[in-house]
Amino acid sequence: MSPLSDATMRRLREAASWPAFEVRYVALGVVGQGGSATVYRARDETLERDVAIKVLDVPDLAGRAARRLTREVHLLAQLDHPGIVPIHDYGVLEDGRSYFVMKLVEGRPLDGAASTRPLAERLALFERVLETVAFAHDRGIVHRDLKPPNILVGTFGQVFVMDWGAADARSFAEAETVVAGTPGYMAPEQESGAPVDARTDVFALGTILRELAGCGAPAALRSIADKASAAAAADRYPSVQEMAEDIHAYRVGEAPGSYREPVMERLLRLYRRYELPVLLVAAYVVMRALLLMWNGM
Amino acid sequence: MAPAFPPTRLSVVARTRSDDEETRRVAFATMVDAYWKPAYRYLRLNWRLEPDAAADATQDFFVSVLEKDLIGRYDPGRARFRTYLRLCLDGFAANQRKADHRLKRGGGVLVVPLDFTTAEGELARIEPSVPANVDEFFYREWVREIFDWAVAELRSQSLAKGRGVMFRVFALYELAGDTDDRPSYAAIASRLDLTPAMVTNHLAAMRREFRRIVLDRLREVTGSDDEWEAEARQLLGGHW
Repeated sequence: MSPLSDATMRRLREAASWPAFEVRYVALGVVGQGGSATVYRARDETLERDVAIKVLDVPDLAGRAARRLTREVHLLAQLDHPGIVPIHDYGVLEDGRSYFVMKLVEGRPLDGAASTRPLAERLALFERVLETVAFAHDRGIVHRDLKPPNILVGTFGQVFVMDWGAADARSFAEAETVVAGTPGYMAPEQESGAPVDARTDVFALGTILRELAGCGAPAALRSIADKASAAAAADRYPSVQEMAEDIHAYRVGEAPGSYREPVMERLLRLYRRYELPVLLVAAYVVMRALLLMWNGM
Repeated sequence: MAPAFPPTRLSVVARTRSDDEETRRVAFATMVDAYWKPAYRYLRLNWRLEPDAAADATQDFFVSVLEKDLIGRYDPGRARFRTYLRLCLDGFAANQRKADHRLKRGGGVLVVPLDFTTAEGELARIEPSVPANVDEFFYREWVREIFDWAVAELRSQSLAKGRGVMFRVFALYELAGDTDDRPSYAAIASRLDLTPAMVTNHLAAMRREFRRIVLDRLREVTGSDDEWEAEARQLLGGHW
């Protein structure tokens, strides 16, 4: 028998990985790949629509990956928010791999989608990310793996925070204290395996903000990113909501709380913000001065 | 819920540490069976040995694995088993080149006959290129060997169970040709006098079986459960 060619090996790898759903769904193609699971585009033949199905890549003897997937399913089921992809179904393939079915989101990762937009639009997208993460935090859920590839921007500017597989929920008593996350976006306490809280996500959001703002970002914006991604959790924003307030302040032309503003910059900012009243007052003062001078003469 | 793949086969590393001599002998034979072709191809292409020299070196290497108890000295915490063997092979080839003579063979203990004529013919047919990354090359040849073995096993099991038609569907769709002009389900159905729905079902069943055999084989030729999971994830997850 001839040895297998490289092309046949690729086919066989695909054949061995391809999920065979017993009912309802037919896998159409791969749309994404995570650390331990692959996301397929699939056809829901019952409802005649395309969906996304996340399938574990391999069996795991200890059941860690399956537990993590189950946890993600339950978390997603709790999180009913426009920024979080709704889950439709959950099951186990005949070969033992767990999967769940969710809405198919057509979009681009945040970094790619933001790269061609002006700063104001990038910040508007970022504010939607903050809203979504704050919503999860309100329900006691910390994402733990926030990064641009896990944030999708839809065709009409919708923002979806994806991949809640690493999330830590206080409501889950058996939540594993494993180190999860992505280097570069992981807070120091997360890297060391210490307990995490909302400020862990704040750290990642600070890193994302710094990337979104770019190297020529205004100092006020940089200060928000710096505060959010401070090494010590105590030095960060205590909540995403407070970080969002600073972003909002920056967007409407106010000084964020994180920024110690120089006097001249403050005057210039106030001038820009209240340009018309300032000009009217200045015109009035000049006219009064001219009248006084005229009368004096 | 269907069970996850049961660990039906013990790793060769575990079995070569068995107290039973027969278990150790079969484990060693299994290890040689899984690794000798990747080793031979590696010596031919990476060490640029001539066919005869590579054949001798491959034989001698596995003899030295046995004599020096290299499997017994393997530490799963330091490297994957295939990487460990590849590093051992590198050390062996380097020493052999330095000494400029072949090691004496040890007492005819090698229990698996190695068909180097076939291996050389296969090498010519697959025309593999020498990659910059030697670990990648060894890995690719190792995967080729695992898939080769799994296809043969799938065929043999299917025939034994009277499922020859199902294997033919699998072979026509997954093994035919090197290009993307694989036949449609309808074409296979017409050729084998089946309905397209039967082709779909047969393919799904054969893929499941193939996956099970590959994972079983992987389990056999890796050093630990963790390594098995990592290798399975690398082999069956992701894009290609």
